[in-house]
Amino acid sequence: MDEVFKALADASRRLLLDRLHARNGQTLNDLCDGLAMTRQAVTKHLAILEAANLVTTIRHGREKLHYLNPVPIHQIGERWIRKFERGKLAALSELKRQLEKPDEST
Amino acid sequence: MSQPDFVYVTYIETTPDKLWHALTDGDFTERYWFGVRLRSDWKVGSSFEMVHGDGTVSDAGKIVEVDPPRRLAYTFVNLSDTYRNDLPALATFELEPHGKLVKLTLTHEGFAPGGKMLPAISRGWPAILSSLKSLLETGRPLEIPRAAIKLES
Repeated sequence: MDEVFKALADASRRLLLDRLHARNGQTLNDLCDGLAMTRQAVTKHLAILEAANLVTTIRHGREKLHYLNPVPIHQIGERWIRKFERGKLAALSELKRQLEKPDEST
Repeated sequence: MSQPDFVYVTYIETTPDKLWHALTDGDFTERYWFGVRLRSDWKVGSSFEMVHGDGTVSDAGKIVEVDPPRRLAYTFVNLSDTYRNDLPALATFELEPHGKLVKLTLTHEGFAPGGKMLPAISRGWPAILSSLKSLLETGRPLEIPRAAIKLES
């Protein structure tokens, strides 16, 4: 679990997770595209994320694809959120999501 | 082969045989899978069903690959009207022993574009896999209410 917290304690790595959350299964080139980070830095951050099991990679043909793996984050939540609190929290996060989302037809 | 829509990995302190049993035994799945019993004879081409406590079948598909205790693949789609535009998507489980741990990799692919299964399932799997890990490692599942992750039954 230490590795997960260390991996998450860096804004650049959280940004990489955000990008995978927006679009799962990206190559290193996809992930570097439009980022103000060197390719080497992205590679290093991805290795840390992979070691924490927050990112998982698969080979697809000649490409190596990166996927966000939310299972360890789920386990952190399970550790401190008691089951009877979950319904309320889910309702609150849904409320926050609804209130914060840009105007759009629903 | 299409690119998987998502890939989940969890490391569980167990053996491949126990994990295989946990993935294929209805009595066992009921304890960590929102009360769902998986029903199949686990032969390639056979039917695969998710059966709830009241006997209703929410999801159904076919067994695609069975190689105990290494690889298991099946398709399924929710049968309710909400998912009428969805197609059965392929879930593949790979079990790899690493010392005292087993690495469980789940890939899921072949969702209908614009369907509703993908967003629903991407909320469901992390909860199911966490609960499975807890049950195998501690003997206690996590008991996550379906409503908490907004799954439509």
